[in-house]
Amino acid sequence: MELLIFYPLAGLCVIFALGVVFNKNPIGSAMSLIAMMLGLAGIFVLQQAHFIAILQIIIYAGAIMVLFMFVIMLLNLKGDDAVWKKREKNTLLTVLTGLLIAGVLYKVLEITSAGEFDSPAHVLETFGTVREVGTILFTEFVLPFEVASILLLVAMIGAVVLAKSKVD
Amino acid sequence: MDISFDAIPLAHYLLLSATLFVIGVMGVLMRRNAIVVFMSIEIMLNAVNISLISFDRYLNQHDGQIFSFMVMCVAAAEVSVGLAIIIALFRNKPTVNLDEFNIMKS
Amino acid sequence: MIDNTIEFLEPYTYLIIGSIKALVIAGALMGVVPGLVWLERRLMGRFQVRLGPNRVGPFGLGQPISDSIKLLFKESIIQSSADKFLFHLAPAIVVFTSIVAFAVIPFGEPITIFGQKIGLLVADVNIGLLFVFAISGMGIYGIVLAGFSSNNKYSLMGGLRSSAQMISYELTLGLAAVSVIAITGSLSLTDMVKGQEVIPNILIQPLAFLLFFTAGVAETNRAPFDLPEAEQELVAGFHTEYSGMKFAMFFMGEYINMVTMSALITLLFLGGWNAYGLPLWPILAFAGKVAVLLCVFIWLRSTYPRIRYDRLMTFGWKFLLPLSLFNLLVTSVFVVL
Repeated sequence: MELLIFYPLAGLCVIFALGVVFNKNPIGSAMSLIAMMLGLAGIFVLQQAHFIAILQIIIYAGAIMVLFMFVIMLLNLKGDDAVWKKREKNTLLTVLTGLLIAGVLYKVLEITSAGEFDSPAHVLETFGTVREVGTILFTEFVLPFEVASILLLVAMIGAVVLAKSKVD
Repeated sequence: MDISFDAIPLAHYLLLSATLFVIGVMGVLMRRNAIVVFMSIEIMLNAVNISLISFDRYLNQHDGQIFSFMVMCVAAAEVSVGLAIIIALFRNKPTVNLDEFNIMKS
Repeated sequence: MIDNTIEFLEPYTYLIIGSIKALVIAGALMGVVPGLVWLERRLMGRFQVRLGPNRVGPFGLGQPISDSIKLLFKESIIQSSADKFLFHLAPAIVVFTSIVAFAVIPFGEPITIFGQKIGLLVADVNIGLLFVFAISGMGIYGIVLAGFSSNNKYSLMGGLRSSAQMISYELTLGLAAVSVIAITGSLSLTDMVKGQEVIPNILIQPLAFLLFFTAGVAETNRAPFDLPEAEQELVAGFHTEYSGMKFAMFFMGEYINMVTMSALITLLFLGGWNAYGLPLWPILAFAGKVAVLLCVFIWLRSTYPRIRYDRLMTFGWKFLLPLSLFNLLVTSVFVVL
């Protein structure tokens, strides 16, 4: 049953991710990315992480992608990428990418053959709920949480300063 | 009233995560449009989130979910600053093609 | 035969009941829209000391029917410079998100039919409120894409304005809701109604109610915050180029969003289906409250002039947001003590 839901979702995610990379139109890429993020939210629900799934929709699809759309519309990038060319060949990068793919595949094969995680642990009914995640976030991980808020503040100030047109 | 799930091995989720990550790397390396490169970075971050959350369920802990929450925070910060930089660059030179920005190259 | 069928369907009852409920609610929402259009036009007529539509049928009740027939048979014009796919996609997103957002809104206690306990909502998720926010946040894309794909200066302006406006006011909306969440201690909308059995939240949180209502009007793009579709300055903004049924779909989305927002305000602040001593069925109490709120929406439209765009943003960021943060702070202090 989980397979039946997992494969269509995973397939859609991969197709839309490819859509982001191979779309000529930046707004088409952005739409594909939104669709991919919605698919991923579905996969998170499948993993019992309901809170993260809804955060994925609110933060990624609802806020970050609106920012992307906003910038694409502001710069009016409609025909800008019409000449879709690859970058110049870069041997070092090609080799590094090859190494990365090989490494990832090796690691995945290793984990698969170990057979350690064949079935999920027996999780409680409350696993992944807002209460559960929130409790841990505000007790065990309260310092990273505060640091993250400072990071967001700094990013906000930085974005305002950078995007502000010069008023001399 | 709950539909029971026949569980599947973790490897499926890890494979999905790896595939998406590689697609993201491809995007960063192949495209020249700065905004699309940014989107590819988002794909990579999302791919990492999948494996974090999957390991969580298979190990019965919440650390991975907290970590993916932090990843989302960092992504939000990164995107807001990054897009502001793109807008600032666009003011100087009306293009978002990354290869055009080589004024630092002597 | 029937016994066999029932036995065969037994494991799927959850799915069957769910899909029936989803169909009924989606149908009801679409059916409400013509009624709302009629109500709005009649009430607006009265507010402006004129009659409003009264020729077709009794009280002009036939007007929405003839209007919808007209819209259905109108030619759908797409200008050649438009991005075809996105142009078609945009109105679909608007209607889809507005209907899906209603899925988690409960409108009564669970009832029992044929030994099956049936909750009066499509999906009983324990994070209902967050779900509504997430889905209505996705509705922005419909408007943004409509503005972008039309390839028209006014439409683009409308799309940009609306995305900025909805993001800004979503913050206030969320923060006002968080203070209610802090009191209730749950994100489930059913739990929120249960928490208000004695007194409705509007008496405990009047400021949050005002903030939520104001931000809600802005979220649904209604007057006086209807900047994205300002007829007089932007020639109807993002839907300038739309005609026929696609044009009607934007209106459907807006009216369904209005219903959802009224239902949300009722659940969060007005005690949901609690009738507070009045001899009313729970569902009727809920529907009555929603209807009153809808009339207030229409009343606002005919009372206030449109705000200028820069003032709208200033109002959102410099007045509503600090106020809602302050309200949240005070509420949290009271909850902790």
